[in-house]
Amino acid sequence: MNVFLALTFSGIALGAIYFLAASGLSLIYGLMDILNFAHGLFMTLGAYVAWDVASHLPTSWGAPLLFSIAVVASIIGGALAAGLTEVLLIRPLYGRPVSQILVTIGLDLAVVGLLLGGFGSNSLSIPVPLWLIEASRVGGLDLPNSNFVALVAGVVILVALELFLHRTRYGITIRAGVENRDMVSALGINVGRAFTLVFVIGGAMAGLAGLLYAVVFSGDLISPTQGDSLLIFAFIVVVIGGLGSIRGSAVAALVVGLVQDYTNFYLGSHSGMAEIGNLSVVLLLALVLEWRPRGLFGSTL
Amino acid sequence: MTNALEVSDLHVTLAGSHVLQGISLNVPVGGVTALLGRNGVGKTTTLRALLGLVASTGAISVLGTDVRGWATHRIVRLGVGYVPEDRDVFAGLTVAENLRLAERIEAPRYDDVYAIFPELRERSGQRAGTMSGGQQQMVSIARALLNGWPLLLIDEPSKGLAPRLVGELADALARVATLATVLLVEQNLALVRRLAQRIIVLDHGEVVHTGDAQELDDPDLAKRFLGVSGVK
Repeated sequence: MNVFLALTFSGIALGAIYFLAASGLSLIYGLMDILNFAHGLFMTLGAYVAWDVASHLPTSWGAPLLFSIAVVASIIGGALAAGLTEVLLIRPLYGRPVSQILVTIGLDLAVVGLLLGGFGSNSLSIPVPLWLIEASRVGGLDLPNSNFVALVAGVVILVALELFLHRTRYGITIRAGVENRDMVSALGINVGRAFTLVFVIGGAMAGLAGLLYAVVFSGDLISPTQGDSLLIFAFIVVVIGGLGSIRGSAVAALVVGLVQDYTNFYLGSHSGMAEIGNLSVVLLLALVLEWRPRGLFGSTL
Repeated sequence: MTNALEVSDLHVTLAGSHVLQGISLNVPVGGVTALLGRNGVGKTTTLRALLGLVASTGAISVLGTDVRGWATHRIVRLGVGYVPEDRDVFAGLTVAENLRLAERIEAPRYDDVYAIFPELRERSGQRAGTMSGGQQQMVSIARALLNGWPLLLIDEPSKGLAPRLVGELADALARVATLATVLLVEQNLALVRRLAQRIIVLDHGEVVHTGDAQELDDPDLAKRFLGVSGVK
């Protein structure tokens, strides 16, 4: 029972990171009809910016402060990368979806190649406070503190996104744009600004996801291809949750994280197939698409 | 400025089909001008081209400003309200959110809106997608009215409404027409006859007739251009 509860907690933490990775992707597709294959790059860049900033600051500042700065840097790094991508590469290609897909794939390949060239394929280590790699005893279970951080980050971002989408004018514009972009323009609203904003928000969350994934599940190590690995699961979460639906992404991320964790432990240890959790997620995707082709939450926010 | 809209040699091609083939028309300031024609002759496309929602060639002057190449939101901000053919309310948003999204001026004219559609005040918290077709039409028209724009483009407002509701809609549109210049696309000729002072008839992507709305009483004109036997 204790193992099951520990796995559940770990699966929820994984789901929280999938949610951070997927929610921006979902908003971008919902509003702009863009399959953004550069989203994994925003995760990677967020982690690298965090590492770069933290490694250039004096270690005398202490690991807790350095890590806090790294978190902020990952968010800013992801947001900047996404904003520049939208303005410089996506905007000139509005109305040309195939070109947009190709340019995001090309950008991802090019920058990942640059990172490999600049930093090498060896993983880099993010400085983290000691308590982050320790565990806390809760109800007789030793639960990793890093999982708590991921969980809190996921919940905070979900609540913040919901408040933003439902309480602010920009949020209402984005929800309306997901339904009918032309009509938003016909009300005198510059939809282009909403596009950029959605990219920036999505990039910020992706940057944070990139850093947290490294801290929680990669032993504090970052690598140039980590974002691309995470992107596959982000796409699966978006499709299962329903394109353009934040709540759908939250639920789907949770389900995917749990299924992956349970399957890896219960089936992986018996079958000897280390990656059976990944297979289970793909099967889950197929089942959901068979049952509800538009995903769990359709296309509403 | 004598004309709220001036269009010259407007062409639109959609998916390889030459939908508008050189339309030229003027809509004078004040009153209601109806844009008529059979299904598929390009009435809705004309309105969408005026707003920059579809690519076009030709000259378009909106409220005295040449808007060729302008983005839709800039054209709208000149002072144009748009009520689309299928209402296009944002179904997942509440009535209040639909209206809030349309606010473009410091003091939106909610008093005007609620004077014409008092029901919207009571339903402000209701999701627009759960409303009836007539109620959604109210939201759609209200969004266009909220800023007191001088020009309204209204596309088939009676489409899909029950006959009883069409009567109520006609009353509301008559009041709307006292507030702004209206270019009205409408298939219901009785409604047109009641509201419009002028008519412009399209056929095969061209303007084939311009005249006084009273001409709709002439069964020959109605039959020749619109394929109906006249206004009942």
